[in-house]
Amino acid sequence: MLWETFKLAFQAILRNPMRSFLTVLGVVIGVAAVIAMVTIGNGSTAQVTADVETFGANRLMLSPGQGRMGPGSGSDSVQPFAQSDVDKIVDQLSSIEIAVPTSTSQLVAVYGNENYQTSVTGTNSGYLVVAEWTLSAGRSFTESDETGKAVCILGATVVEELFGNADPLGEDIRLENISCEVIGVLEAKGASTFGTDQDDLVLIPFKTYARRISGSADVSMISLSMRDGVSTDRAVNDVTMLMREIRRIDPGEEDDFTVNTMEQLSSMLTGISDVLTGLLSAVAAVSLLVGGIGIMNIMLVSVTERTREIGIRMAVGAQASQVLLQFLVEAIVLSVLGGAIGIALGMGLAAVGAILLDIPFIPDPGIIALAFAFSAAVGIVFGYFPARAAARLDPIEALRH
Amino acid sequence: MPNNARPPLIELCDITRVYGMGEAEVHALDGVTLRIETGEFVAIMGPSGSGKSTALNVLGFLDRPTSGAYNFHGTDVANLNRDQRALLRRNYLGFVFQGYNLLPRMSAMQNVELPLIYKGISRSDREERARVALEKVGLAGRANHDPSELSGGQQQRVAIARALAGDPQVVLADEPTGNLDTKLSIEIMELLQNLNKDEGLTIIMVTHEREMADYARRLIWMVDGKVDSDRLTAKGAA
Repeated sequence: MLWETFKLAFQAILRNPMRSFLTVLGVVIGVAAVIAMVTIGNGSTAQVTADVETFGANRLMLSPGQGRMGPGSGSDSVQPFAQSDVDKIVDQLSSIEIAVPTSTSQLVAVYGNENYQTSVTGTNSGYLVVAEWTLSAGRSFTESDETGKAVCILGATVVEELFGNADPLGEDIRLENISCEVIGVLEAKGASTFGTDQDDLVLIPFKTYARRISGSADVSMISLSMRDGVSTDRAVNDVTMLMREIRRIDPGEEDDFTVNTMEQLSSMLTGISDVLTGLLSAVAAVSLLVGGIGIMNIMLVSVTERTREIGIRMAVGAQASQVLLQFLVEAIVLSVLGGAIGIALGMGLAAVGAILLDIPFIPDPGIIALAFAFSAAVGIVFGYFPARAAARLDPIEALRH
Repeated sequence: MPNNARPPLIELCDITRVYGMGEAEVHALDGVTLRIETGEFVAIMGPSGSGKSTALNVLGFLDRPTSGAYNFHGTDVANLNRDQRALLRRNYLGFVFQGYNLLPRMSAMQNVELPLIYKGISRSDREERARVALEKVGLAGRANHDPSELSGGQQQRVAIARALAGDPQVVLADEPTGNLDTKLSIEIMELLQNLNKDEGLTIIMVTHEREMADYARRLIWMVDGKVDSDRLTAKGAA
């Protein structure tokens, strides 16, 4: 009997395929939107997490002033750091494994006839560990290099711009007015979450940078690497207490420096995508509601059109519950079919979106099951009223229709 | 109840059916008492508004009497609810209507199978029984035709096959020849007559055509919601 009811529902739906499709369009769009949004959201969250890992998952960044990290965070009025601060952090804090100074300028690098503007960072070999860089060729800075030798390590983009396919190792490039020998090339990381090219950089020893480029021993930022197994909170707390002491900040006064963690960065980025996903899901839910009303409307029309059929079925012995079930199943089948089309469409959109946004495509079986359940629920809720109207018809009246 | 060995198939006792309330009250049936035995072929006639259609609806469990007793096989069925009445229709009755009332876009076969689906009969059984029913009405060759591809007479035969498919104890026919010309009407009446004679099928038919009523063996004449006369026809007396 139930099988017959399903068969009947499919027959009724296929009798007018265009109308059936338009009826469920709202559900299709709603479900497709939810599936596409959640799938793309999952992909971008995974991407952010992966990106943050390329930044260095154990990394902390210490910058002067109160504010966000990044360019322009250190204002003139704030006291910069010094190499002695870096040394004290490494010597005194057991939670920190590595601390390296970094100072960065935008400079033009020249090799032969090629020149290219890039960001030149003065730092030490520990930076490669902190920021999780690996070398694709050559070597890192030695202690001897870090006494102030004119050597540099190039990012993959800089190599490509200046050397093309030629081997840069052992060649001299000019930065500002110094000439330095290329001793290493960094493995490419690709674009960061912010869309900037992480491989667009040149590293030189910090002392070389201080003496020959900035002309000052100031350290504009300190990159730190936490020891494995140390909690981020503890490391941040240790660094904060030590820096307050070094910089002689009275209790009750605010820090004049900021410790940024990768967790903050990643939660900020995933936070944005979560808010977007939430908003669009709300829009999708409204669309499902509208879709459900569309189904109810057409089912009511269908009941009116088929009044005589209902009368005949009742005359040959259909009970009210069987008529109710027939129309309810029809609404559910309609709605679930719409949901299935929506899921397929949403997955397709998400797959295309993943390619366009260059993020991984991560289908979520949970949300697919939920979308199915939700579209079935839409069918039940919005199909019930028309089905009850059909079941309540008087057979004599219905036959006269 | 009379002291018979077996209760009659149908026994109506002082049945009324009142529509509306107060001033606008209409007594469609106004104290109908009659008894119909298994194997009878009864025609109900009367002027329009005499209550013959209402009588058929009450007899067919489509409608519920306002008052009075209705015993079907000796069981009181006057006050059953909708679902109980649906079960009685499903298990004991077959209907034939003036307008055929076949489901469009379904083959003759599927139409005949319809009551069997509600009886919960298996697919293979259903097809066999529908085929037998279509054979009885002489339409075995048209099983796969849609109603739109059949003539009026053929459609009414499909409707009769549908009424027969569930092995009913009574077939109720409401103006079964109302939409047919004389020749086709005679064919349909002969079919009903043969089913009554050969298979012992009980038939109750409402008609306003005297010639059609003459195929029955008993004629009930209704006036103003009451049985005016109840007698055997020439065929019944023969």
